[in-house]
Amino acid sequence: MGQEDGFDKRLEAARARNGMQRADEPKRSEVPNGPWGVGFRAGVEVVSALVVGVGIGFALDRWLGTWPWLFLVMFVLGSAAGVLNVYRLFRPGRRVEIDSD
Amino acid sequence: MAAEGKAIDALSQFELSTTLGPIGAAVNFTQSNLHMVYAAAFAILLMTVGMGARALVPGRMQSLAESAYEFIMGMVTEQVGEEGKRYFPFVFALFMFVLLGNAIGLLPYAFTYTSHIVVTFGLAAMVIVVVTGVALARHGWHFFGYFFPEGAPLWLAPIIIPVEIVSYLSRPLSLSIRLFANMVAGHVMLKVFATFVVMLGGLGVVGPVLSILPLSINVALMGFELLVAFLQAYVFAILTCIYLHDAVHLH
Repeated sequence: MGQEDGFDKRLEAARARNGMQRADEPKRSEVPNGPWGVGFRAGVEVVSALVVGVGIGFALDRWLGTWPWLFLVMFVLGSAAGVLNVYRLFRPGRRVEIDSD
Repeated sequence: MAAEGKAIDALSQFELSTTLGPIGAAVNFTQSNLHMVYAAAFAILLMTVGMGARALVPGRMQSLAESAYEFIMGMVTEQVGEEGKRYFPFVFALFMFVLLGNAIGLLPYAFTYTSHIVVTFGLAAMVIVVVTGVALARHGWHFFGYFFPEGAPLWLAPIIIPVEIVSYLSRPLSLSIRLFANMVAGHVMLKVFATFVVMLGGLGVVGPVLSILPLSINVALMGFELLVAFLQAYVFAILTCIYLHDAVHLH
């Protein structure tokens, strides 16, 4: 263990000497952040929230016989939830904020 | 074959049919189920046979088993924290099942069970039920505070709470759609270009030469699909970890 630490330190020093320091990479494993991945993820989040909202509205309407009012309300709420999901996807410092408490 | 009738038939590869002869037909045991059994058997073999030697310097199987273990262990402890270790078996089983499903599906004649949304939704629904169960067990009624962030004005509650509930319920759906869509898209593309190879191959003298183009695309796609197979299993596992984190720390 100690040997490894020493090696890491020497490697760090050597890198610093030669101007090859690594940028401080976040060590956390994160969800991959390629442009396609993010775009696809955002789309899926919106669609799934919308589907859940519309599904709940439709089911409640069939149950209570209030077609189409709850469907319309849940459609709007589902859209809002989709936007919320996308916001959560891009909200900066999410992990840090959680870890601090 | 798909090229028969001069039409690209990219979707028939997802059709289910029963296997194992009359016994399979009697209980509706499809090739999808068969490949799930393969995946489970492979995971069990990898862990038992691979770790059977318990060598200090691991052999091939053992180092594969160890790196799979350490990969998920690292993910769970990083994302959920120390108390996340107790959920390691759950995340590990999910990861191996999805990864092997994606990977085995790339073999010729094999079936990709993760290309069916029933399967992926089943997995995602299990994740959300487990996560909600964990949150309820750890926090009891406080769990429902999750749906109303502190500090929000009270008069907004009728809007915020339904929106948060819908957002929470959309998690399993987005989790399952992502995996399913990636697998379907990849296999459809593979099939389409493979059909091009066959179609061009039967096109007189220049055909076989031209068919090298889609063939080389398919070779590249195969590598890409291997990446996607791993990446989607990884995403599935890490999102499970993130949801577990939310459940354990309630945020």
